[in-house]
Amino acid sequence: MKMADMVSQSVKNLPSSGIRKFFDLANEIKDVISLSIGEPSFVTPWKIREEGIYSLEKGHTHYSPNSGLFQLRQEICNYMGKRFNLQYDPKMEVIVTVGGSEGIDLALRALVESGDEVIIPEPSFVAYKPLTILSRGTPVIVNLKAEDQFRLTPDLLEKAITKKTKVLILPFPNNPTGAIMTYEDVGKIVEVIKDKDIAVISDEIYAELTYEGKHVSIASFPGMKERTVVINGFSKTYAMTGWRLGYACGHPDLIGVMYKIHQYGIMCAPTTAQYAAIEALRNCDEEIRMMTEEYNRRRRLMLDGFRNAGLECFEPLGAFYVFPCIKSTGMTSNEFCEKLLIEEKVAVVPGNAFGECGEGFVRACYAASVENISEAMKRVKNFVERHKEKNACAS
Amino acid sequence: MKELLGLLEKNSRYDVEQLAVMLGKSTEEIKAAIKKLEDEKVIIGYKTLIDWEKTDRDAVTALIEVKVTPQRGEGFEKIAERISRFPEVKSCFLMSGGFDLTVIIEEKTLKEVALFVAEKLAVLDSVISTSTHFVLKKYKDYGTIFAQEEKDDREVVVL
Ligand SMILES: Cc1ncc(COP(=O)(O)O)c(C=O)c1O
Repeated sequence: MKMADMVSQSVKNLPSSGIRKFFDLANEIKDVISLSIGEPSFVTPWKIREEGIYSLEKGHTHYSPNSGLFQLRQEICNYMGKRFNLQYDPKMEVIVTVGGSEGIDLALRALVESGDEVIIPEPSFVAYKPLTILSRGTPVIVNLKAEDQFRLTPDLLEKAITKKTKVLILPFPNNPTGAIMTYEDVGKIVEVIKDKDIAVISDEIYAELTYEGKHVSIASFPGMKERTVVINGFSKTYAMTGWRLGYACGHPDLIGVMYKIHQYGIMCAPTTAQYAAIEALRNCDEEIRMMTEEYNRRRRLMLDGFRNAGLECFEPLGAFYVFPCIKSTGMTSNEFCEKLLIEEKVAVVPGNAFGECGEGFVRACYAASVENISEAMKRVKNFVERHKEKNACAS
Repeated sequence: MKELLGLLEKNSRYDVEQLAVMLGKSTEEIKAAIKKLEDEKVIIGYKTLIDWEKTDRDAVTALIEVKVTPQRGEGFEKIAERISRFPEVKSCFLMSGGFDLTVIIEEKTLKEVALFVAEKLAVLDSVISTSTHFVLKKYKDYGTIFAQEEKDDREVVVL
């Protein structure tokens, strides 16, 4: 028996990310300033950690209800109401998941049948496409453009819609571009889909990390709540990536089907994390505010750094990424990242890791210390200038 | 202004350019704002936080509870100011409760602390009594945890 033949061929043949080589290289080189990490630099606020510890002390070490602790679901509904003006019923319309990741997976599996098309704007988070394929759906990629500040426009969306379109994934604020959709932008998307049978998976995991203005959920538009499942979680907002906790809110008929998959595949999200999350939602508005302010300052610092280095860069207004264009250096994204890593010991991620149209860009994360950002930007500047001279000599 | 002060309170070594970029202002605006804050004595000084235990310098910190008789027309101001003038005194606060002033002093040895209390502090006219507590170990000071190792344990690449 050959195990390689035993494993599911469709899974084996899933496209894997094209930057394996870069991964390995980044792990080999010592003392790198890493701007290639998609998670907060803060540790979880102490209040939240303390509540997790306390729940362990009290012996809350068992399974929780499948859909999550009721108190937590209530707090989630309060939060959704307060922040996005969205009213959900904690009994029927919320499910607590193992990260936003599980929420995305559940939503796709609950919605998609063989042959259904799922519209995925790219560049975006790497999970949407493989999870769509695993649900036997057909990914339909929409290539977002730098000149639109990587927003999804009604034109681009309309071109992608066919009779088979079942789901639109709306990934804003966006990883890796830092793009957001304003109220007006979302409104135009609503106009395109409101008369069609298309469900929306709105990945709003970075909603709190929106600078200059507040995040608008597509679910808050008239008629959209019923057909939208909002994915959110604690990883980014509360710096809780390792706790593995997220949630999904939507129509009871959809949440009910998601619940089924979750019940059999997962049982329940980690109980300790759920107790900690109750504290996060109840008492940590101030902590979020402080972290967001801090990110905002670092965002400006990094944006200024890249522009100063001579790279074109639109102003990202969400998440914690800057997505500069590196085409002027004459290098591909992979070349740029590998050389920058080897020559300057700064790690950023090739944009093509997030979709083909990310080629010519790199993702740099400003969830890093001010000192590291400043130093890294100096090195990027040296790097870009040195290679410009080289190019000039060569031509 | 508040945000600028918050940043400087945490790290007074940010340079004007960094501050300007981070706060979305021009360097001129930041320079002017800092000058104004310094002129108005909102910013009183810039210091460095040092963990002296890691050096070979001997230092003893003591917290002294001081009871005083307030003076007519002056209240506690004059005596507090007088105590504050000693260079050994690092902090001097007026307190509510069982005593009046908290005086924090730093010296090289226990003996020097004792001498300071006996010869300088206790003998002041309006001082009624003193009670000296020695600091054995500092865990956190000025919002900074001393023993904490700042380690970034994130993976190198996370998509
Ligand atoms: C856009 C986006 N959605 C979802 C996730 C998943 O986060 P988690 O599963 O930790 O909630 C990430 C993580 O990087 C992300 O960037």
